Amino acid sequence: MFLSEAASSGPQFFYLVPWVVFIPVIGLLTNILFGARLGEKAVGAIASIAAGLSFVVAVLLMISLVGHPEGEVVPLLDWITIDELKIRWAFQVDTLSVVMMLVVAGVGTLIHIYAVGYMHEDVRHNDDPKRFRRFFVYLNLFIAAMMVLVSSDNYMMLFVGWEGVGLCSYLLIGFWFEKGENGIGNSLAAKKAFITNRIGDFGFILAALTMFGVFRTFEFDRVFAQAPEIATAFPLAILMITLFMLLGVTGKSAQLPLYVWLPDAMAGPTPVSALIHAATMVTAGVYLVARSAPLYVLVPIAQSTVAWVGGLTALFAATIAVAQFDIKKVLAYSTISQLGFMVAAVGMGAFTAGMFHLVAHAFFKALLFLSAGSVILGVERGLHHVEHDPSLKKKLKGQEHHFDAQDMRNMGGLRTRMNTTFWVYLIGALALAGIPPLAGFWSKDEILAEAMLLNRPVYILLAVAAFFTAFYMGRQILLVFFGDSRSVPTAHAEESPPLITVPLIILAGLTVLGGLLNLPGIHTFGHWLEHTIKIEEAVQEIHIGEAAAAAGFNPVVAITSTVVALVAIGIAWYLYSRRYQEQQNLPVTRRPDDPLRAILGPVFTLLENKYWVDELYRAVILNPYASLSRFLADTIDWRFWHDWFHDKVLYNGYQALTRVLAVQIDLGVIDAIANGLGTASQRLAGRMRLLQTGNVRSYALSVFIGVVLILGYLLILR
Amino acid sequence: MLPVGYYVGLSAILFTIGAMGVLIRRNSIVIFMSVELMLNAANLAFVAFARAYGAMSGQIFVFFVMTVAAAEVAVGLALIVAIFNTKQSIDVDQMNSMKG
Repeated sequence: MFLSEAASSGPQFFYLVPWVVFIPVIGLLTNILFGARLGEKAVGAIASIAAGLSFVVAVLLMISLVGHPEGEVVPLLDWITIDELKIRWAFQVDTLSVVMMLVVAGVGTLIHIYAVGYMHEDVRHNDDPKRFRRFFVYLNLFIAAMMVLVSSDNYMMLFVGWEGVGLCSYLLIGFWFEKGENGIGNSLAAKKAFITNRIGDFGFILAALTMFGVFRTFEFDRVFAQAPEIATAFPLAILMITLFMLLGVTGKSAQLPLYVWLPDAMAGPTPVSALIHAATMVTAGVYLVARSAPLYVLVPIAQSTVAWVGGLTALFAATIAVAQFDIKKVLAYSTISQLGFMVAAVGMGAFTAGMFHLVAHAFFKALLFLSAGSVILGVERGLHHVEHDPSLKKKLKGQEHHFDAQDMRNMGGLRTRMNTTFWVYLIGALALAGIPPLAGFWSKDEILAEAMLLNRPVYILLAVAAFFTAFYMGRQILLVFFGDSRSVPTAHAEESPPLITVPLIILAGLTVLGGLLNLPGIHTFGHWLEHTIKIEEAVQEIHIGEAAAAAGFNPVVAITSTVVALVAIGIAWYLYSRRYQEQQNLPVTRRPDDPLRAILGPVFTLLENKYWVDELYRAVILNPYASLSRFLADTIDWRFWHDWFHDKVLYNGYQALTRVLAVQIDLGVIDAIANGLGTASQRLAGRMRLLQTGNVRSYALSVFIGVVLILGYLLILR
Repeated sequence: MLPVGYYVGLSAILFTIGAMGVLIRRNSIVIFMSVELMLNAANLAFVAFARAYGAMSGQIFVFFVMTVAAAEVAVGLALIVAIFNTKQSIDVDQMNSMKG
């Protein structure tokens, strides 16, 4: 709207774009070099300021884009030049990348500030205050890597960021690497995330190589410019690129079938879950598809595959979330489900809707995770309080060793004890459930409206997923905040300090106002992105004609989804407020831990165990793989190569060879020649000595005969 | 003037007598004398050819031979005396201690 009207003038700060990467790098270097001497407050401040300055740069870029919506590519240096392979380090400033930068730096800054408060307590609960600095170094490194990812102008630089965020994710999931189940749980979770992502990255690499094979370049502009003509020449190549890329997306954005790492990633500290595993990193896949929009629109098969993957993931993860008890696990599966919404949207060609949901989701999911962190800290504070109070400690008996501060069954009634956290949590949950007028309503509704038009079966998947979303969020709110507290520590939980609650309030404000970004009929965000994703309308016309261009708000869809959400919340209220409270009065042995378990029975167990997908993967992939590697290691490498080939074949062969050389060749030939010469000359000498008679006259005779012979020869023969 | 062939023939006869003497006789003194005889046979041939060709070098060479022969006599007789002192004999067949 106002973008198109704005004159192409105004301030221009595009040259600043490298600083979105450099500032966090400077921040982390400062913390590495001097952090140990500076103390916690300074470390936190440096990291937060670095993230904040990145945000300021992103804002300046946004202001510049208002005047110059076409954006600019800012080259920094040549990276790789091999023959026709030229990869440069250049920053793409356009409306899409700047949206991502704003989200990453904006939400990132708030989470940095929150983390200063959170990690202050977390490192003390875990008895290692020295690790405070390391956390912020990783966090800044993550911001830098994510900025590389979203600001690159080619697929290779994007891949550097892609791997960089994967590394940060690994480092931060395993932040308490010596903790977790059996003291190895967290590092296993980190490993799982990394390896699962590697499988996706493998797809990305294949996509990139295929792309270079066909396009002979990695740069976005040049690839997209050639795309239509390549698509007619090699349609299969484009299909391969997009499908391989989808594999990368399923890894990074936690979609079926590679989503399994994300729930385990909750082993990381809560700010990490909020920043990396909810708000920013996991949306990289969505960004990649939106960025590659000109490729995806050329192959409808790939598009519908992406849409189906997204839709199925959305529903699949939403059903699992219904039966989880860990407060963060619920949010993790919710994240997978919401990423499914986004992937489905960008898959269908509704790139604006997908990106809009990405931004809105970043707000409210970061809010939810951070609030969940606040809840966990509050309960842990309660536990701490109880442990240091002898009269209360008696009540805790029997559960102190396995008290889980993240288990919602131990919570309840926190509404009054953690008032601020409750309200922000409620806002986040309602936004996620899709209750108007919160951000989640507008963005999710846009996706549903587009899905209604573009892909009806996926619409049904998403609508059912939306129902479950509202249900599990209602369940979570009711379990955590309402009713009576179900454990002693929860009854003594305390509200978090302002350093934690203030970012929550800001995020809650963003969650409330986020919908304004792209209100139906005005479409600020849509017009903003149009400058980058020009393809959208053309494609929509191809698919469903003019009608879709005006889509984005469909009153029927909006009312349906709101009603569905309200019904789901109503059911949740009935089950978890009425039923659950009644059941609390039953004796412990007959009391079900979840009223839904009584209704659904085995289905609930199925959901609680996440469809046994982890177990399935273990049985189908991991165990055969482990047996194969054990076979390769024990049998092939050790028994065959080491024991047999090296110790038997090589060892004996070499011994036999040396024996031949020593006995046959050295003794038999070389020594024999030397000895033979010796004995031969000895024997010859034995004969020769007989000539020495000692008789002077015979000597004289031989001299005479010699002279006669020589003279005879000289005189006669010559 | 007698032709040179006579001189050379005489020289050959003398040389042969000397050589036979060295090979056949056992007395070291006689062998010694036979050696001298061979030297003188050679001298005779030298002188005869020098005269025939009118070249002085052959005659000069004879002087050298005579000088060497004189020296040889001195050494040779001394050896024979020494041998006689140890072996009480001058029979060359007795002198075979170098037998291999």
